[in-house]
Amino acid sequence: MIGLTLGPLLFHWARDKRRDFYFRIADEAPVDCVHLGEVVCSKREPFSEPDLPEIAERLKAAGKQVVLSTLALVTSPREIEAVRDHCDAGFLVEANDVSCLRVLCGRPHVIGPLINLFNEGSLAYMARFGAIRVVPPPEVSAAGIGVLAAHAGGMEVEAIVFGRQVLSVSARCYSARSRGLHKDNCQFACESEPDGLPVDTLDGQNIVAINGTQTMSHGYVVLLREMTDLIAKGVRRFRLSPQDVDMAAVARIFRDTLDGRIDAEEAMAHLAAVNGNVPMINGYMHGREGLAWVGSGSG
Amino acid sequence: MSVTYLELVCPAGTPAALRSAIEAGADTVYCGFQDATNARNYPGLNFDRDEMAEGIAFAHARGRKVLVAVNTFPRPGEIEIWHRAVDDAAALGADAVILADIGVLDYASRRHPDLRLHLSVQAAACNPLSLDFYRENFGIRRAVLPRVLEVREIAHLVERMGVEAEVFAFGSLGTMTEGRCILSSYLTGRSPSSDGVCAPAEQVAYDEVDGVMRVRLGGVTMNCFQRGEAASYPTPCKARWVTRGVASYIFDEPVGLNTIDILPRLKAAGVTALKIEGRQRSRAYVTQVVRAFRAVLDALGRGQPIPDIDLSGIVEGQKETFGAYRKGWR
Repeated sequence: MIGLTLGPLLFHWARDKRRDFYFRIADEAPVDCVHLGEVVCSKREPFSEPDLPEIAERLKAAGKQVVLSTLALVTSPREIEAVRDHCDAGFLVEANDVSCLRVLCGRPHVIGPLINLFNEGSLAYMARFGAIRVVPPPEVSAAGIGVLAAHAGGMEVEAIVFGRQVLSVSARCYSARSRGLHKDNCQFACESEPDGLPVDTLDGQNIVAINGTQTMSHGYVVLLREMTDLIAKGVRRFRLSPQDVDMAAVARIFRDTLDGRIDAEEAMAHLAAVNGNVPMINGYMHGREGLAWVGSGSG
Repeated sequence: MSVTYLELVCPAGTPAALRSAIEAGADTVYCGFQDATNARNYPGLNFDRDEMAEGIAFAHARGRKVLVAVNTFPRPGEIEIWHRAVDDAAALGADAVILADIGVLDYASRRHPDLRLHLSVQAAACNPLSLDFYRENFGIRRAVLPRVLEVREIAHLVERMGVEAEVFAFGSLGTMTEGRCILSSYLTGRSPSSDGVCAPAEQVAYDEVDGVMRVRLGGVTMNCFQRGEAASYPTPCKARWVTRGVASYIFDEPVGLNTIDILPRLKAAGVTALKIEGRQRSRAYVTQVVRAFRAVLDALGRGQPIPDIDLSGIVEGQKETFGAYRKGWR
């Protein structure tokens, strides 16, 4: 069966909102794998870590694999220690920075989308170190994913099919900067932007969103129509990236599509209702600029 | 011969710029081939194989070094182009190759065990664990550090990294972590990572409405300027954006890095080499910047104070910054 993953929550949600979210995912969402762990900012970790064991147990009890995703940018000695702790916490770990590979070498692990694994040469190298699953970076097209999958050997290739795409990683916090603050005294400004802070052009076009030190696409990637082709190319697992929408419903739409209970067009209609006004994008998958939307018949 | 205080690594986008940089006092120049294998893949720039051979001969005759940047990430199914670039750089006598991709590093370290490997800033290695990974697996001898660290953090890292540290000293630099930003391809389809291009000029368009000049990249408005206002290049991270109804340079102002005033601190932090950005710049620009840094480094090498050299007129946006080296930038 094709797997369905709920990726790490990239936004800084209030504690109760986060707990409720994961408990509902455990009870209602047809995903077989859920990522926990803070990817964006180590300052957020103290807020999510106390609940992590309980959430992980709840997810496991619901039959879901739990994967711990690591920070994307690791600079301070404290962050390095956090990487080591996460790698030794007893979970399958998703590496989002090369520093993790040094620790995970020889153990099963996942290569996350924030590691620059673009080609079959890098893929072959990673396989030697125990990677069991790889998630190519957002820029890689369907054709590129096909090449990677053809060289993946025993590794599972996972493609991100829903949610805002991460476009950059920075040391600077733009949520703080948007309020005239610095990262060191950020007052956790990002908590009040549970789906990201819209960043528009001077003439009012929605283009990107800020999530702390990350920038993301304004539109949600939606690859409902592309999944059949990706499966034919060798993709064995799809990822939904959490947004501040009904993710259990999103998971049901993707699962129903994968299982053939609804077709892609019906799924698109359901998803449009869940997404509200957020536009859909899929440009990278078609070898285009990321913010493009290639509709049916033109792709 | 100049006193070595810090090795001065200078950009050479063309054979002429290579000669200019060396004549102006560069210890080392870095350059790339004419394709997507290097991170400044712009029309009219870079070296064919014969030019590279001549450039290396010119530098070696004067006791200087040439580094060849093969520092992008090969697209799936195209890795042979990158392998050939590494093979040719080695055959032509490059003093080192600057690499970012794990597969290319693996290839170079196996195929050319005697070739010196530098880790490109595009690999964004900024902690001891990452640097251990690249050193232990590929034998890198030097790493160009991404601009995410303050000077005191660079000192901490240099103590632990086990290879030489090269840091950016001057030039136009984005605000995102190098090698980890795809804003350009999000808007245009072409990115630094795989195409060696950020904000490609052929997708930049200017128009003027009611006295306001609008600059677009890939059809998306990056900035507007009043008549007489200095227009900056529409790099997405230095564009003017609107958040919560307020227009601002939310990522970074159009400013240029200039570290002249903190060179002694970088030296004390254990840095080996300084990198000047700007392979896309003119010979005149390269000459002016290299001469200035040569004079400053020679003075510091003789124990003299930093000479007063004003480069503010040629930095991006005519405004200088210490960038991430300064506490509080984040």
